Amino acid sequence: MADATLQHGSVQHDSLQQGLPGDYEAPLFGAYSKKVGMWLFLASDSLTFGALLVAFSYNRIYTAWPTPFGKDSIINATIMTACLLSSSLTMVLGVFAAQRGDKGWTRNWLLATMFFGTAFIVLHGMEWSKLISEGLTLPGFPKIAGAEGEFAKVSASTPQFPATFFGLTAMHMLHVTIGVIYLGVVALRKWFLPILGVIYVAGYFLIPSNNIFHYGIHALLICLIVASIILFLKPKDYDAHDVEVSGLYWHFVDLVWMFIFPLVYLMSTRV
Amino acid sequence: MTHDAATHDDGKGQYFWVWGALLVLTAIEVVLAYRQVFEPVHMLEVLLILSVIKSALIIGYFMHLKFEKALMRWLLVISVTACFIIMYFFFFPDAGRVLRLGVQ
Repeated sequence: MADATLQHGSVQHDSLQQGLPGDYEAPLFGAYSKKVGMWLFLASDSLTFGALLVAFSYNRIYTAWPTPFGKDSIINATIMTACLLSSSLTMVLGVFAAQRGDKGWTRNWLLATMFFGTAFIVLHGMEWSKLISEGLTLPGFPKIAGAEGEFAKVSASTPQFPATFFGLTAMHMLHVTIGVIYLGVVALRKWFLPILGVIYVAGYFLIPSNNIFHYGIHALLICLIVASIILFLKPKDYDAHDVEVSGLYWHFVDLVWMFIFPLVYLMSTRV
Repeated sequence: MTHDAATHDDGKGQYFWVWGALLVLTAIEVVLAYRQVFEPVHMLEVLLILSVIKSALIIGYFMHLKFEKALMRWLLVISVTACFIIMYFFFFPDAGRVLRLGVQ
């Protein structure tokens, strides 16, 4: 209803002044309904991450917290941060291109955003694999043979550390993955489905079975099914509003990392 | 509609400045943490202040909240902030109690 109101703003304004029956009501927030809906979702999702970050801080307050992240991890996490910040810039440029009606550049900027997001996921996956190979495991999970590094001691002495680290970063990584797929659907529509299918199959067969992402890759299959249902049940040419709403989600993912990076990584830096 | 392409598309350069500022603030955070400039508690305060500034830049400019209607702007900010404050009052007095009891 709000969309229709915006498209016929001047007509609606005049008729509202006249108080004609059956007229549309002016939108309360001055924005179209999809955008308000996304903001409400992001407000609720921020509480999810807020609860996780508060739980992390709560654990940290009364525990002799380890500081295991060396130079390599900090450099890696800093590059990941730069990737996310750069992806936000390309996303903004994509929104502007969509508002200009330039479909070619909208797609290009969205693909650039997806590239930075994918780089973030790959770098994060490499970091996870390195930490797991050095002995960082969740409480109750089987130990990996040969993983006897410093992180094995951390897992044994402070199980809260791997629990909160994996909990927070996995939740965020899932959001980034969903964001990349969301942008892929907006940018390429049905053409994105076979690409996602190929990535899923390649990931399943190429990632070794002793790697956590051999199982984590199934998240792509779930996203593929959901995206297929959406694209086939409600096929449409995504407009500037859709691009802007997807941008809101993407910037939120960037925003959350601005708190995870200092709290989880920088406060646990080994000098 | 208060937010429209025409209202601020001409100032595209500002988004590059915001991006640069975010990268610089990130670099400052890394240097502060890696050189251990402050005690852990003060370090946490400084890093959180920098993170709040960064998040304000992202919400205000990249998410365009700065250009939205005042009602939407304030309703979102106040409601989310209030929820975080309530979370703080739920969790941290108990964490302080644990500290006072001397549990490690």
